[in-house]
Amino acid sequence: MRFTKDHEWVELDGDVATVGITAYAAEQLGDVVFVEVPDIGKTVSQGDGLAVVESVKAASDVYAPVSGEVVEANGDLGDAPETVNAAPEAGGWFAKIKVSDPSQVEALMDRAAYEAYLGAL
Amino acid sequence: MSTTMNTVGRPTAPAQTNDFVHPTLTGARGLLQDEALIFELGGWDKTGVDLPSADRPADDLDGLLRTDPIGLPGLSEPEAVRHYVRLSQKNHAIDLALYPLGSCTMKHNPRLNEKMARLPGFSDIHPLQPVSTVQGALELMDRLAHWLKTLTGMPAVAMTPKAGAHGELCGLLAIKAAHEANGQGHRKTVLCPTSAHGTNPATAAFVGYSVVEIAQTEDGRVDLADLASKLGPDVAAIMVTNPNTCGLFERDIVEIARLTHAAGAYFYCDGANFNAIVGRVRPGDLGVDAMHINLHKTFSTPHGGGGPGAGPVVLSEALAAFAPAPWVVSHGDGFALVEEQVGEAAAAFGRMSAFHGQMGMFVRAYAYMRSHGADGLRQVAEDAVLNANYIKASLGDLMSPAFPDGPCMHEALFDDAWLEGTGVTTLDFAKAMIDEGFHPMTMYFPLVVHGAMLIEPTETESKQELDRFVHALRLLAQAAKAGEVDRFKGAPFHAPLRRLDETLAARKPKLRWRAE
Repeated sequence: MRFTKDHEWVELDGDVATVGITAYAAEQLGDVVFVEVPDIGKTVSQGDGLAVVESVKAASDVYAPVSGEVVEANGDLGDAPETVNAAPEAGGWFAKIKVSDPSQVEALMDRAAYEAYLGAL
Repeated sequence: MSTTMNTVGRPTAPAQTNDFVHPTLTGARGLLQDEALIFELGGWDKTGVDLPSADRPADDLDGLLRTDPIGLPGLSEPEAVRHYVRLSQKNHAIDLALYPLGSCTMKHNPRLNEKMARLPGFSDIHPLQPVSTVQGALELMDRLAHWLKTLTGMPAVAMTPKAGAHGELCGLLAIKAAHEANGQGHRKTVLCPTSAHGTNPATAAFVGYSVVEIAQTEDGRVDLADLASKLGPDVAAIMVTNPNTCGLFERDIVEIARLTHAAGAYFYCDGANFNAIVGRVRPGDLGVDAMHINLHKTFSTPHGGGGPGAGPVVLSEALAAFAPAPWVVSHGDGFALVEEQVGEAAAAFGRMSAFHGQMGMFVRAYAYMRSHGADGLRQVAEDAVLNANYIKASLGDLMSPAFPDGPCMHEALFDDAWLEGTGVTTLDFAKAMIDEGFHPMTMYFPLVVHGAMLIEPTETESKQELDRFVHALRLLAQAAKAGEVDRFKGAPFHAPLRRLDETLAARKPKLRWRAE
């Protein structure tokens, strides 16, 4: 699993990357009450807005950590946004992106680097 | 308790609120009445007025006459009056106590304003009556516009926007119209600082712009280098609040304006925090192109349920021609309204409202200006800043100011670093304030400060009231640090419905009442 400074995580399986927000992000947001996932087929560039997550405290954009085409979205979050709090780095995933450049994933932080980054915040 | 309270949503069982006081036989709490929803009170077959039977043919609607109930509760006049008065007793208002909601400027609403607004020449008029019969009202609008232009150093003002966000929309539509008129309609980006009011990016998106964030410096100001790097041929405008939402004056504001104009963009200033600088700083001198003025903040007209807002927008020379109709003009022998988009209004981008703005708020704001005078308005800003700094200094040793260095402007911002390890969150602390008799401050905003608590006392609080507030907050802060977690986690104990489940309300909102 790889991580961005904006607290998204990416897990690459072949050329499909599953994307979500980290446990740290979910904890900071507090109770998530609404998630808007992208439409399948949407093309995104790294850093583009991918999804929207709203908690009792704030509304935030989730940015695409990699470029590519959205091939799957987690529609279950519509009825059960609390999954983002319960399992942010598993069942609370947002979307799957068919990546156009796998090296973008490699360039992101690994867990040790992300944890060091969190420690410095 | 005989009435079943709100059967579809809130956890409102009386037992929850009655467990800490002497229980009563009926579940009532003295003369403070519990109140059911109006649908639960009213009989469907009841009416508050007696009307004679209509003298008409039995059915002239060809069988379309409705025969089933219309679904509105029937109440007599005393029942209806009591319902709303009971609800109002559960409400907090500036007329009851300090209302320190940061970024909202909850100042006292002078009663003189109310007296003036009720004068029949202002209150009993209609927007469609002949202008020859409303000359006094038009003159007041013209004079108010003059004061707003003078206080801001701007040549034009659009009076019709109905609130702050409506004013933002007006300003951005004027900016869009100016760009299109100048062959710059391709500009598609608006820059907003990370600490911006949420309405700023929302307005920009509503107008069709994409929003890019400007980073903030360590000391809570716009990062000039980041701004410069993001300004370019695609940027239509920047939207900056000054003082900003951290309660700090943007000391580089003139340079921000220079860089913005050099890039061909316009400078929208969110005027929500004008109370901190009114009479002291003219936004026009800072290079601002458009700014809304919340009459319901700076100029003391009622807020929220107390009355409609009003958000006139002042415009620079570059944008003045695009101001929306209508506006008041004075001839030698009276006042007239420019309504049509011809002549001097040919470039107007349209209208923001069907008629001429919030007349009642215009009267209140003008009464406030005239009763304060230029020197009084200057003192408003001075006292607002002084009061906020008094709060900051009085709590700074117990709570952690988000930006400890230097004075704040009209609001004092704390983060939650001082609560670390106590088990108490900003939300818990705010709820416990209710038990101590104070409306909570703004929480978790601005987003750039962790667990933010934003306190805006305004200038209308006396030192005595500020001391009472500080005393309560100091006791609470000491309790939090002493480990009295239960005092906070269960708070508010002294509220009609205790703590509401905001998460459930947002995740599974019940937006409609249904009879069981």
